[in-house]
Amino acid sequence: MSNDVALHGHPEVVGSHEAHAHHHKETFITKYVFSQDHKMIAKQFLITGMVWAVIGGLMSVLFRLQLGFPDESFPWLEDVLGRWAKGGKISAENYYALITMHGTVLVFFVLTGGLSGTFANFLIPLQIGARDMASPMMNMLSYWFFFGGSIVMISSLFVQTGPFSGGWTAYPPLSALGDASPGSKVGMDLWIISMAMFIISQLLAGLNYISTVLNMRTKGMSMNRLPLTVWALFFTAVLGVLSFPVLLSGVVLLIFDRHAGSSFYLSDIFIASTNTALPNEGGSAILYQHLFWFLGHPEVYIILLPAMGIASEVLSVNARKPIFGYFAMIISMFAITVLAFLVWAHHMFVTGLNPFLGSVFVLLTLMIAVPSAIKVFNWLTTLFKANIRFTPAMLCAIGFVSLFISGGLTGIFLGNSTLDIHLHDTYFVIAHFHIVMGVSAFFGMFAGVYHWFPKMYGRYMNNTLAYIHFWGTIIGAYLIFWPMHYEGFAGMPRRYLDYGIWESFKQFAELNKFISIVAIITFALQFLFLFNFFYSIFKGRKVKDQNPWKANTLEWTTPINPGHGNWPGEIPEVHRWAYDYSKDGRDFIPQTEPIDPNESKH
Amino acid sequence: MTTTGLFLIAILALGFLITFQIAKASEYVSVLKGEKKSFEQSNKINAFLMIVFLVLGLIGVWWCNELLYDKTLLRFPSASDHGEDIDRMLIITIAITGIVFFITQILLFWFSYKYQYNPKRSAFYYPHNNKLEVLWTSVPAISLCVLVGFGLVYWTKITGDAPEESLQVEITGKQFGWIYRYPGKDNTFGKKYYRNIDEANGNQLGLIWKDSVINKLDRKGHPAGSVELTADQASFDDIVTNDAIYLIKDRPAKLIINSRDVVHSVGLPHFRLKMDAVPGTPTTLWFTPKYTTEEMKKITNNPRFEYEIACDQMCGNGHYSMKGLIKVVTAEEYILWQAKQVPAYVQAHPADDSQAAPAPAAADSTAPAAVASK
Repeated sequence: MSNDVALHGHPEVVGSHEAHAHHHKETFITKYVFSQDHKMIAKQFLITGMVWAVIGGLMSVLFRLQLGFPDESFPWLEDVLGRWAKGGKISAENYYALITMHGTVLVFFVLTGGLSGTFANFLIPLQIGARDMASPMMNMLSYWFFFGGSIVMISSLFVQTGPFSGGWTAYPPLSALGDASPGSKVGMDLWIISMAMFIISQLLAGLNYISTVLNMRTKGMSMNRLPLTVWALFFTAVLGVLSFPVLLSGVVLLIFDRHAGSSFYLSDIFIASTNTALPNEGGSAILYQHLFWFLGHPEVYIILLPAMGIASEVLSVNARKPIFGYFAMIISMFAITVLAFLVWAHHMFVTGLNPFLGSVFVLLTLMIAVPSAIKVFNWLTTLFKANIRFTPAMLCAIGFVSLFISGGLTGIFLGNSTLDIHLHDTYFVIAHFHIVMGVSAFFGMFAGVYHWFPKMYGRYMNNTLAYIHFWGTIIGAYLIFWPMHYEGFAGMPRRYLDYGIWESFKQFAELNKFISIVAIITFALQFLFLFNFFYSIFKGRKVKDQNPWKANTLEWTTPINPGHGNWPGEIPEVHRWAYDYSKDGRDFIPQTEPIDPNESKH
Repeated sequence: MTTTGLFLIAILALGFLITFQIAKASEYVSVLKGEKKSFEQSNKINAFLMIVFLVLGLIGVWWCNELLYDKTLLRFPSASDHGEDIDRMLIITIAITGIVFFITQILLFWFSYKYQYNPKRSAFYYPHNNKLEVLWTSVPAISLCVLVGFGLVYWTKITGDAPEESLQVEITGKQFGWIYRYPGKDNTFGKKYYRNIDEANGNQLGLIWKDSVINKLDRKGHPAGSVELTADQASFDDIVTNDAIYLIKDRPAKLIINSRDVVHSVGLPHFRLKMDAVPGTPTTLWFTPKYTTEEMKKITNNPRFEYEIACDQMCGNGHYSMKGLIKVVTAEEYILWQAKQVPAYVQAHPADDSQAAPAPAAADSTAPAAVASK
């Protein structure tokens, strides 16, 4: 039935390729700009995400220059950046604008839009056997809202009072009061508008992903035969749809406080710079933090789950082994999804939260480590007695697991309220989340791009560049973030421009310099990836094999360069799960192959 | 742009170009050599690099610890009793997570190396094993229960009520500094109201020193009711200072934490403690200092040592410079210090010095609410 819907819904994409071309005259605009083809939308998300990653990464290079070399000035910076680097130094105002934008851009526009936007769009229809998303139109709108949000966010960099500079979490009252910080003037309004557009984009996308997975699977593709990528992307969409509206409500109340004179978050405030007591009484600044983290924590899993799904798939294909504990993987992802909604207040242990409530959140937070541990052990067992092909995607998937372990374990420190009192808002936190949801999610994304690039563009990326990129990046990532744990053990606070006046923290000047240098080198290395990507789109080695990785999933049954509609003829029927690798002496058995009566059972 | 900048970019571009040419060439070579052969070769190299990465990584972990351990707080005893619990908790957590870290990372890279592609072998079809899965669900669950158990015992202790005999100090954050207040001789904090803040006249907290009516205005300057304030007797002897908090060694101290504008956070790394300062919602934090500042100078072997209060919550462009100070002294030193303090009211009204407090009705100070809204 599901495919009937698809067929009737999109008569133009039914039938042979010739018929398709006949019905559907594609212009440049409909094919590359306002495309409704899920594959093109995926590429749009990916490339927009890359542009954002470069901008966001460059911001980190700039503020790392200040952090590593607080006493030096770089006159050439002024030549390049003008008022952003007056006298060759990053001023406090610009430093805080940079870290705020870096966080917002990387978390939302790269690791949410760029990661799940790309792979949910690309993989869901291809792997479940659908011609497109449930609503291609909504899908297109979701990209263009994302793009619109991006433009608004970029435009905030150019307003007179500067972009928002109160940290990516945008806690009021700082974010509500223009008199408390210049970045909280027009920059904050643009930040809110941009985030609102981003949230709309995520909702349109998420609803589409959920309905596509539930309704449009091909014949025989029961839920328990779905590849883990699709499961992961499905749970990601559920998380997003349920939690993003709460953030929207949070920022809408913030707009009211900023412009309508309401007092949701404001109370008892005296602004010294204007020497005035504000009229607001009775609000609670903590309310915003609850609303923010009700999204903010699921957001971590919105970033991580797609990376987990991609890693599971890539590890299994290249280990030539079924993923170990398929059902345990699904159940642990389900557990993570449910628990993700019940742990938000662990970001607020030191806000004066009721200590009993705090203990409940400690319990729930550490519970989430159990499904995470199950996943790690299952990945490890997948490698056990494997026959591993180190494709670039496989290396990145292994890198993902390594970083996920390192960053996940430090989460056990921070989720325990007693330790959080000491470590909260120190560099330990920076190290923790950059490893676990920054770099490791990036490795998931790299793995996905390297693995599905042949399907996206019909060409291969260059392996040698990919190997250099992988090894350089994983070494760089550990060199940057591992030592930061020690700064955290010294109680060194995050978001400081300069530690020179602090007797307690100034001993790390050398280390900060080292970290900055490595960060700059690692950032430069990413251009190898970018160059490899764009060069290979046009000049890469052509794919001649329909199934280059010898994988079981459905996307490899489409033509090398699939058109809109994915399969020229009938959508193939599915007879088995996606992980029959090295079974009964056969290297792999595609999902489309009927079960042989003599086949061994698992 | 300076020549160095250009030079650096030129070097970068050149390195990039060379890397790219090598990469391109190796692709041609692999086509010539045959895909299978070149795949096997690069597979071996990457598998070997896995084990190299593991070994160098483990050495790196050890070496990083050698270099940085002495710069952290780990090598000094905590300066508060709560901090000792936190340190113990930290060690337990490092031990448990450390074991898991080494086991899983070693397995990951060792498996990657050991089970690299070999044309003579095929992978082992091993889709699941219920026993193993139960094992690695229950073992992490049990070890996490241990951590939660320890954590919650300490957490309850640290967030519990401060002892009766605690020394009370109020600390208020503002952009970008701290205001400290002691209750004075009566041991009671006088009432304050934020609309009463008058920095020019020495009332940075808005203490209610005189009867007055404050006409409220909304944000557009229209009248919005008024508030009648009654002078609070208890506020006349309150000591307000921006220099430092003085605490007594071995005597519990309770901090009452406020903010005057945005959210700040009182970060006390040497005591291992932290609590946010939220405008409109006072929070508290208590602990017992164990060493005086002088003693800590000897313990840390740093003559410039101070207990610094670091703002730990992004509060604006001066966030990084929002430093406060705690001086832990002996009981005798504290009495000497206290004797020298002049109440804020007296400082703000040098003329009425002789009268001390121009007491309005004495009963007022015990009135439950000095602020009545109209």
